[in-house]
Amino acid sequence: MSFKKITGMALGAFCVTMAASAQAEEVNLYSSRQPFLINPLLEAFTEETGVKVNMVYIKKGMLERIKAEGENSPADLILTSDIGKLDNHVQAGLLKATSSDVLKEKIPSQYRHPDGLWYGLTTRARIIYAHNKRVKPEEVQTYEDLAKPHMEGRVCTRSGKHEYNVSLLASIVAAKGEEYALEWAKGLKKNLARKPQGNDRAQVKAVYQGECDVSLGNTYYMGKMVTNEKNPEQKDWAASVFLVFPNQADRGTHVNISGGGVLKGAMNEANAIKLLEFLTGPKAQALYAEGNFEYPIDENAKLHPVVASWGKFKADEMDLTKIAEYRKIATRIMDKVRYNN
Amino acid sequence: MNEAVATANMAQGVAKNRWAWLNVWTVGTVLIALMAVAPICAVIYLSLTPGDDIWSHLVETVLTDYISNTLLLMIFVALGTLSIGVGSAWVVSMCRFPGKKIFEWALLLPMAMPAYVIAYVYTDILEYAGPIQTMLRDIFGWETKREYWFPEIRSLGGAASMMTLVLYPYVYLLSRAAFLEQSVCVLEASRVLGRGPWRSFFSVALPLARPAIVIGLSLVMMETLNDFGTVDFFAVNTFTLGIYDVWLNMNNIAGAAQLSCMLLFFVMFLIAAERFGRRKQKFHHTTSKYKALPGYELPFKFALLATIGCALPIVLGFVLPAGVLFYYAIIHYDPYATSEVLGHAGNSALLSVVAAVLAIAIGTFMAYGVRLRKEKTLKFMVRFASLGYAVPGSVLAVGVLVTLGGLDNGIDAYMRENWGISTGLIFSGTIAAVTYGYLVRFLALSFGSVEASLGKVTPNMDGAARSLGHGAFATLRKIHVPIIRGSMLTAVMMVFVDCMKELPITVILRPFNFHTLATYVHQYASDEQLGEASLAALAIVGFGIFPVIVLSIAINKSRPGHH
Repeated sequence: MSFKKITGMALGAFCVTMAASAQAEEVNLYSSRQPFLINPLLEAFTEETGVKVNMVYIKKGMLERIKAEGENSPADLILTSDIGKLDNHVQAGLLKATSSDVLKEKIPSQYRHPDGLWYGLTTRARIIYAHNKRVKPEEVQTYEDLAKPHMEGRVCTRSGKHEYNVSLLASIVAAKGEEYALEWAKGLKKNLARKPQGNDRAQVKAVYQGECDVSLGNTYYMGKMVTNEKNPEQKDWAASVFLVFPNQADRGTHVNISGGGVLKGAMNEANAIKLLEFLTGPKAQALYAEGNFEYPIDENAKLHPVVASWGKFKADEMDLTKIAEYRKIATRIMDKVRYNN
Repeated sequence: MNEAVATANMAQGVAKNRWAWLNVWTVGTVLIALMAVAPICAVIYLSLTPGDDIWSHLVETVLTDYISNTLLLMIFVALGTLSIGVGSAWVVSMCRFPGKKIFEWALLLPMAMPAYVIAYVYTDILEYAGPIQTMLRDIFGWETKREYWFPEIRSLGGAASMMTLVLYPYVYLLSRAAFLEQSVCVLEASRVLGRGPWRSFFSVALPLARPAIVIGLSLVMMETLNDFGTVDFFAVNTFTLGIYDVWLNMNNIAGAAQLSCMLLFFVMFLIAAERFGRRKQKFHHTTSKYKALPGYELPFKFALLATIGCALPIVLGFVLPAGVLFYYAIIHYDPYATSEVLGHAGNSALLSVVAAVLAIAIGTFMAYGVRLRKEKTLKFMVRFASLGYAVPGSVLAVGVLVTLGGLDNGIDAYMRENWGISTGLIFSGTIAAVTYGYLVRFLALSFGSVEASLGKVTPNMDGAARSLGHGAFATLRKIHVPIIRGSMLTAVMMVFVDCMKELPITVILRPFNFHTLATYVHQYASDEQLGEASLAALAIVGFGIFPVIVLSIAINKSRPGHH
């Protein structure tokens, strides 16, 4: 009994301390976006609002951590890139429906969950990087072109299992059905100049060096290369290619988001929403563009000059939740065509 | 050993009865084993939770690739690390040749290099766009890839080479310790009986060192199975990559846990097969005559060969990649980042020291607990407990999450029920959770090396000490620890270096706003920004050098009778 009492008291005291620390104005964040990208944004948020942001950067296992911590999880908010990850949290029932007029106004409806479970914060288009001299613009106008015979031995991509490629394939499943997507993946695999490897930037390097003529990559890598003062050789890589925003004549270019959502049981829900609102605001959107050259979620926001230089394009307006849903099928297709072998 | 325990029991006047198991060693061992087993059991539990069936799909498509790639990788890395590790340990221990004194410790240096970092560095150097191929193209006037052949670094062979370069020190370390512990008498007997130096090595020295070499090799194999960073970067479809794919791309943790369990059974099978292979053999030293090692003077041709053979792995596994990192660190020097890295270095070092000290204390306790009581169940539990090393890091981390989350929420529910207060999460998301994760993962290192070393101490020693009136603990402290301290130190240093490099457990379990050098490297390396990551990567290596040097001094002194 006395042991019980002592532990009870000790734990009680512990709780009081915990409760005291919870009263401070703060918001607890689990992020799969790298600290070097988002720390400047979080610092600006704290400066403006006085709310302290505590963060853990978790790339794999964020969902499992929230699940295991259960009701007592200290996390209020998640930030991730790719719709697939956001949707996994929705499927696991971890996100809370929230509403905010600011978020509704700033974020176009296709880039936020209808019930406010998640909100897109930036967008990025998955485009084709093509060599200035070795590729004629009419050769690659669509994703479909990449799988056609005239591109044989000329394409470089990163791993077929990377979330960006899986989501792109899922968008093709959504647009044209599973059968066509399988044929496309087969064709693309056949056209590869080398085994899938490296990241999107490494593919452009390969194009520059002549290993291949075209590659798939997200838009922001172009911005990172063009402005890279620390590794000036990357400017040469960027200069050797032109950008193709695919499928402008039909469904539009595949666009993915980075985004966030408030967790069920969030102790600092108001601050979490405040942070999301801040992240969609002009200051944060400018920082996003400066740090990572992503497109602002707010269509009316001013573009970074580098991003603006790529011109306007038509985005695929397919429902992102559909794309998330087809990711499993897309992953299996990648296995079926043994894309990475 | 049964006799030894029986003698000891009799000496203490303790009759064997059905409560004989109830002592601090057995209970302690069981408790620790349970704590270490819990996360592994949590993974097994996860494998039983509902999820989409992945097996028919995997069997139809990529499972054979996963298995064949993994087996090939294991075979290549095993061959590579064995030939480099055992070979260099033997010549360094037994022969005299130029540079031997330096090689003794320098051969350990690549251990401090994380595999994913060395993979990035070599890709930079060796890929099509790298300086070497560019130079070749300039010299020979080639313009495209199709005009010449160059080994592809991002391949199975490349991954095997990278892992061999940084993992061979485990084999080197343990086999060298074993060679140093060997009595020269058996070698001399072998030579007197007409065997040449080569045959003596293969038929006497090597079999005697087998338990130690096997431990070293099994550590290498588990690291190989576990690797994610390198195979992901090179896009080599291994089993571990498959586990992550099922988990993250198919959003199926149950399926990932099922694959992990399969991996676990495979490892258990390998361990059991090896033990079965030497089931009747005993490796206790039968003599206590230790004279100085012979130090054969090698003839010039062989001495040259030995020098080059020992220098090559050091240059390729350490000097070259560290040099490249150093170069990048200077180019990318940034005072703000430097102060940040220094702060993280403190976290890394402190956490690693604590984990290493705890790991050796627990490992020794368990190994001795098993030695005291030879029960099969206890042995099985302890072996099972040290399997954490075989589960891919992130999956094991999820096991730890589930364990601690269950414990925390259980306590919370209990306290709310009985006291009306909520305790929230006590362990989850704390430094303690990270340390616990490290211990579960690296227990195999400490337990394995202590167990192997203890196995070489003849049970007569226990018998003598106990019959002279020492208790179990005093016997451990006064007899065993002094004999096996070389191996204990080895284990401490290995755990330290491994914790410095550890990534998945730290990332998933850490508290808010907490970074280590490895997590800092990861955020840039995952974006292929080697320049920004180089300083922290170099710091990991730098911290690794210190224990490596301590280690080599200690090992030199570890030969019985030489202080």
